[in-house]
Amino acid sequence: MFSKSNSYRLPLAKLPVPLRLFNAFRVLSIVLIGAMLAGCGVNNIPTYEENARAKWSEVLSQYQRRADLIPNLIETVKGFAAQEKDVLTSVVEARSKATSTQLPSDVLTNPDAFKKFQESQAGLSGALSRLLVVVERYPDLKSNQNFLALQSQLEGTENRIAVARRDYIEAVRLYNTELKTIPGRWWRSWMYPENNPMQTFTIEDEQLANPEVKF
Amino acid sequence: MGRITLIVVSLAIAGFFAWQASLWTPNLELNSLAVSLSSGEVKRSSAGLSSSASVATSLKFPELTGRVVDGANMLSLAQKSSLNSRLAAFEGKSSDQVVVATIKSLEGNNLEDFANRLFRSWELGQSGENNGVLLLVARDDRKIRIEVGYGLEGTLTDALSSLIINQVMVPEFRSGNFGQGIIEGTDMILQVLSGDLSELEARKKRQDNRVSDYSDVGVWIFLAIWGVCFFGPFGFALLAPIFGKKTGKKRYRWLGIDIVYSSSSGGGWSSGGSSSGGWSGGSSGGGFSGGGGSSGGGGASGGW
Repeated sequence: MFSKSNSYRLPLAKLPVPLRLFNAFRVLSIVLIGAMLAGCGVNNIPTYEENARAKWSEVLSQYQRRADLIPNLIETVKGFAAQEKDVLTSVVEARSKATSTQLPSDVLTNPDAFKKFQESQAGLSGALSRLLVVVERYPDLKSNQNFLALQSQLEGTENRIAVARRDYIEAVRLYNTELKTIPGRWWRSWMYPENNPMQTFTIEDEQLANPEVKF
Repeated sequence: MGRITLIVVSLAIAGFFAWQASLWTPNLELNSLAVSLSSGEVKRSSAGLSSSASVATSLKFPELTGRVVDGANMLSLAQKSSLNSRLAAFEGKSSDQVVVATIKSLEGNNLEDFANRLFRSWELGQSGENNGVLLLVARDDRKIRIEVGYGLEGTLTDALSSLIINQVMVPEFRSGNFGQGIIEGTDMILQVLSGDLSELEARKKRQDNRVSDYSDVGVWIFLAIWGVCFFGPFGFALLAPIFGKKTGKKRYRWLGIDIVYSSSSGGGWSSGGSSSGGWSGGSSGGGFSGGGGSSGGGGASGGW
């Protein structure tokens, strides 16, 4: 009597029928299938894609930061070296070209658009480094505090661009590898058919930027 | 039935670990960054596109043995310990991690790139706050770099870093006083970082709050109640045969409750499999280690 009423059975057998249908075995199967799907990387493609897109926006914001520095730089240089009109205008032109290019929304997967973006930014890098070479001829400008601060900011920004590009290249490598290697390849054909490999930087900025020093 | 359940449970656990492993893969891949980058370098120069003659060999990151990692022996013992205590005191005050490192040579690597990767591999600064600073001196290359974490870029700007290098450190370095130059440079960095006192204290407070989140009483009470509800029956069932009195075949009596073990239901372990979440601990005490911060290439470089 007492023992019977108080007996503690692990409860599944006593559950009402609808709940019993939802029994441990089924719960476990669901958990198991979920874990196995995740283990097979069903989420990898969107995860890597979002990661690469985040890195890309970092690249964009660093390029934008560089473009924002230029008007100030031009003004300062003008004050000391107004006769270097050619170089100054080439920088201004390269900047407006780099910032006016409207990026299409598929820039990451469209090779042509990506190449265009890359070239316009590389053009600005080249013009800027020519300007910094020219500046060497003006000792007054080189010792100007304002210019020194701007120069260090410009250097810092170029370095941030390099880091952001490096991170982006790595993120794209992961994403593209996932699309091409086996489990990811199957997932792509089954669930993410519109995911295409992303473009990555091929032209080295420095390659175009290498200034020619003439004596 | 019981056996099938057991197999299913072990499969579920295996699947869970596979899932965890797959979650970790991106981080592991990041560590191979150095390899992929240097191979890219090789490809570039072999294609004849790069005019620079630098042959970058893969340079090992020095170990983070303390706040002062003097790989190039540029500091005396006394200077090292005074720097160390000053940096430790500053971290205690602000949670900012400032680390001084000297290396013998970059072996052809790019200073900025190396400093950034070293910073990231050491994870200087607290995670989420990213308030680390790395002062790196490459002795034979005669180069200095101040690498600033994301969180301090607004305080220790590129322009200020450049000033510290060129106005404070380079003059000392030129006259051969490396130790003095490093100490004065570090002092300036600390001075700049503590310049905005209110921001400094806010940072410290945020950090303290983060740490104390887990010691919050309410959280622990909730966890305790949840744990008892969740694991209590299992624990009870396990302990009953040990502490209880045997009253029959597969029947035990403990604390006034009869427990019957019937093999037919067999689902006793059902939810045990999916509960292995767990917390990853914070940085452990003892030696010095980075707090999980990162850097996006802020700071400045210079040479003497």
